[in-house]
Amino acid sequence: MSLLKYESSLREPLVDGDKTYHQVTEDICRPIEVKPLKSWYVGLSISLLLLLFGVFSIYRDVTYGIGQWNLNRTIGWGWDITNFVWWVGIGHAGTLISAILLLFRQGWRTGVNRAAEAMTIFAVMCAGQFPIWHMGRVWMAFFVMPYPNSRGPVWVNFNSPLLWDVFAISTYFTVSLLFWYSGLLPDLATLRDRAKTKFRKFFYGLTSFGWSGSTKHWQRFEALALVLAGLSAPLVLSVHTIVSMDFATSVIPGWHTQIFPPYFVAGAIFSGFAMVQTLLIITRKVLGLEEYITIGHIEAMNKVIVMTGSIVGCAYLTELFIAWYSGNPYEYAAFYKYRIAGPYVWAYWTMMTCNVVSPQLFWSEKLRRNIEFTFVMSIVVNIGMWFERFVIIVTSLYRDYLPSSWSTFYRPTIWEVGFFMGTIGLFFTCYFLFAKYFPVIAVAEIKSVLKTSGENYKKGMEHLENESVEVFAHDYLHGHDH
Amino acid sequence: MAIKKFVVGNFDDENVLFPAVKRVRSAGYKIHDVYTPYPVHGLDGALGLRQTSLHTAGFIYGITGTTTALTGISWIFDVDWLMNIGGKPHIPLPAMIPITFELTVLFAAVGMVFTFCWLNKIAPGVKKHVFNPRSTDDIFTMVIECTEHTNVEQAKAFLASVGAQEINEQVAEDGWWWGTYDKEQVLYKEELA
Repeated sequence: MSLLKYESSLREPLVDGDKTYHQVTEDICRPIEVKPLKSWYVGLSISLLLLLFGVFSIYRDVTYGIGQWNLNRTIGWGWDITNFVWWVGIGHAGTLISAILLLFRQGWRTGVNRAAEAMTIFAVMCAGQFPIWHMGRVWMAFFVMPYPNSRGPVWVNFNSPLLWDVFAISTYFTVSLLFWYSGLLPDLATLRDRAKTKFRKFFYGLTSFGWSGSTKHWQRFEALALVLAGLSAPLVLSVHTIVSMDFATSVIPGWHTQIFPPYFVAGAIFSGFAMVQTLLIITRKVLGLEEYITIGHIEAMNKVIVMTGSIVGCAYLTELFIAWYSGNPYEYAAFYKYRIAGPYVWAYWTMMTCNVVSPQLFWSEKLRRNIEFTFVMSIVVNIGMWFERFVIIVTSLYRDYLPSSWSTFYRPTIWEVGFFMGTIGLFFTCYFLFAKYFPVIAVAEIKSVLKTSGENYKKGMEHLENESVEVFAHDYLHGHDH
Repeated sequence: MAIKKFVVGNFDDENVLFPAVKRVRSAGYKIHDVYTPYPVHGLDGALGLRQTSLHTAGFIYGITGTTTALTGISWIFDVDWLMNIGGKPHIPLPAMIPITFELTVLFAAVGMVFTFCWLNKIAPGVKKHVFNPRSTDDIFTMVIECTEHTNVEQAKAFLASVGAQEINEQVAEDGWWWGTYDKEQVLYKEELA
């Protein structure tokens, strides 16, 4: 085995600056061991207030029933399911980064996977709230689980996509959590061994499970990570496929289309990466991690955004084409009378602008590598993706087959808005706590790519590229001390 | 578990560690373990550890999930509460695929993580002897187990000659050893001969 680690100098380094293993540990662990900034307290307080608003909204929904919401006769799904699909979509980037990019051997995932996975878990937690509280009589929520009961037994309907959703979301949450936490163990052990205060000694001693860094443990660790990645990759695709089947298996014009699964998956990755950008651009700045989450990382994610955004745009156009080409008058009406025109025209064109037109700007390298622009774009994309779900749900429901029941404008009540704000509060509360108490970058993984992709190590290798092929091959095969 | 004596050597470069592992093993010392801050590829091979079978366990858990879902849904639909939905097939396989897939993944993932913890003997709050707290930071710690034949001073000198730093002696409760080396009770040196 060659001891020389070589990667072409044309490749951008994944870790900037003159780093050693110890410096990596210091850089990533330091924010956890010092008092948080004032802005952290401000951010956490705002998130907690939003969360409280959400809790109060849910309290009202449970006490007075979901009549508190403005759902009506034809618009049976409104903000609640829009928000559900939006959050699940956001929850797709983390596992994509950690699983699919691991299988594709994309080195840049090491800098961003930890935070992205955490974000996934928090987003799925938020998503889960909506179907649960939409049940109304939430104390009967356990009826969705198949278990032998005294009511017949009446079983859940295994043919229903809504039940598939129960399985998909709960499996996705569990597997993402296990994947994230098993990857955290070595880094928590690092924190434990560095701990000075009583609290940190206790907390990281408890959470690191007694990880020692033994060679055999690492061998199993890598095997576990690889298999979990292999399992999670199709899982990510299956989850949003199943969510899309909630719509696609129905007979509602605008929903009953076969393009939904791939279209939803692409949209989910699109919005998920946008949310990762929003969070990481702030995190890297506040925690001073610009050398680990480099412009190169941000550019790589922007490339994913422009690709998935284009897939989504392609799907929108296909939908319009098929609505005309199929010759189905209801399908045609749903798209050409009630979506691109009609009372919800603003929602449709907001979606089109945010999701299809604006991401195309990322074809420019200059804009892809511009932090401020990326930050604005990441928020634009998430607004666009929220509108996509709103358009799909509400514009397909507000005019059904019976014109006499066509509802007027659907507008959420304060409690629907409060519920949504509450989940945003929950998401950011969790993220703030995570960023304070857990390493936001996978320390051990950065160390394992440091000597191939670290800036100073790559510089040390540069002279080799000027050598003749013979010298290079000789050094590569027989090791070289730099 | 027995309390044993160990000679501990620390390395700050994996390029020094690899040849050192080879030489320490050839000299007949029993390497208890090497603690590293990140997964060093090839170190398991250099230590003579066999490949892990965790994948196989994952596969078995996975097919358990598959069969649980398929038999469970079929039993519910066709035995426990027979449902005739518009004369459709009793075992609607396409409609069973999503849940079957999810349960396969769920069983495999949960099973593997628990097996991983069980094999590594890790659990919330477990405390283990730490030979060098910096082995989770930037130091590669090689731990040699002293048997009745080991001359501690010689072992220390040998470690120093292969490039180890901060060599010391520790008495600790021994953890585990799953490598073939220990199981066969054959020293590496004898294998070579």
